[in-house]
Amino acid sequence: MSEETPTTTRKGGGWAIWLPLALFAAFVALVLIGLLRPADRNVESTLIGKPVPEFQLPPALPARPGLDSRDLANGKPHLVNIFASWCLPCRVEAPQLAALAEAGVPIEGISVRDTTEALQRFLDEHGDPFQRIGADDDGKVQLSLGSSGVPETYVIDGKGVIRYQHIGEIRPEHVPLILDKLREASR
Amino acid sequence: MSRLIVMLLAAIGLFCAVPSLAQEEQSTAPYAYRQLDDPAKEQQAQDLMETLRCLQCQGQSIADSDAPIAGSMRSLVRERIASGERPEEIRAWLIERYGDYVSYAPQLTSLTWPLFAVPLALVLLAFLLLRRRFRRGGDR
Repeated sequence: MSEETPTTTRKGGGWAIWLPLALFAAFVALVLIGLLRPADRNVESTLIGKPVPEFQLPPALPARPGLDSRDLANGKPHLVNIFASWCLPCRVEAPQLAALAEAGVPIEGISVRDTTEALQRFLDEHGDPFQRIGADDDGKVQLSLGSSGVPETYVIDGKGVIRYQHIGEIRPEHVPLILDKLREASR
Repeated sequence: MSRLIVMLLAAIGLFCAVPSLAQEEQSTAPYAYRQLDDPAKEQQAQDLMETLRCLQCQGQSIADSDAPIAGSMRSLVRERIASGERPEEIRAWLIERYGDYVSYAPQLTSLTWPLFAVPLALVLLAFLLLRRRFRRGGDR
C-alpha cells in the first residue's frame, strides 16, 4: 500500500493538476448561471392537489353572502379570486374576470385587508363578477390558502380540491389557460 | 367640452384613488403591531418571527417587514402562540402552505440532508487521510 501510493500520484499527476482549476471553473459557471437566469420570485402555494383548508368568511358587503369553504365543494369547479380595492393589478384583471363570469364561470371573491366602502367603490368602478365575497380582514384565510399576495386566483374543483393557482393578474392572454384549467377540474 | 369633462373625471378618479391606495398601509390584523401581554410568550413569538420570511419583501423577516402581509403573519404567529401552540408547529403550518422557502431556519428533510451530511463526511474523510499520513510519517 505504502509502495503503491507514490506511483499512483505520479501517474495521476498529469491530469490531477488541472482538477482544482476545473472545479473552480465549474463553480464559476454555476454562479454565472444563477446570476444571469432571471429568478422566479413567486412563492407558489404547496396546497395544489390538496383540499381547500376549512374557513368561514363573513360577508364583505351587506347584500352579498360571505364565503364558506363548503360553498366550493358543490360539484362544480369554481374560481376563487383573492383581491383588494387597494391592489392596482386587480384593476388590470377586472375585464378578464368579467369575461369569465359572463362565460358562466362561478367566481368567488376573497377581499383582503379592505373596508366595505373602498370595496364598494372598487366594484362600482371596475365591475363586479363575484357571486360571494368573503371579508378576510386580518389576512388569515389568505395565509391558510398559501397565497402570498394579491391578486391570486385559485381553480377549485367540484370536490373542493385546489387544482391551480394563478399568481398575479389574469391578463387577456391567460384567459384560455384559466378556461383549460377549469375544464380539467370539471373532469 | 367633452375633453374637459374627461379631464375632470380623470381628476376626480385620481382624487378617489388616493385614499383607497393608502389602505394598503394599514394592517387590520389585531396583533400586527401589538405585543402579547405575557413577555415570555412575546419572546417566543419574536424568536419565531425573526426566522420567518416575509412573502412580499423577500429577504426580510416578518419581524422586520412593514408589508401588510407580514403584519398578518405576525398576528397569526402571536395569536397562535397566545393560544398555546408551539413555535415549531406554527412553522410547520406555514411550510405546509408555502414550502421551505418561508422559513429561514433550515429544515432537515429527505431533500436537504446532504447539506448537513456532506460537511460531516468531509471532516471524517480529512481525519482519515491525515491520520494515515501522520502514521506513515511516524513509521519513517
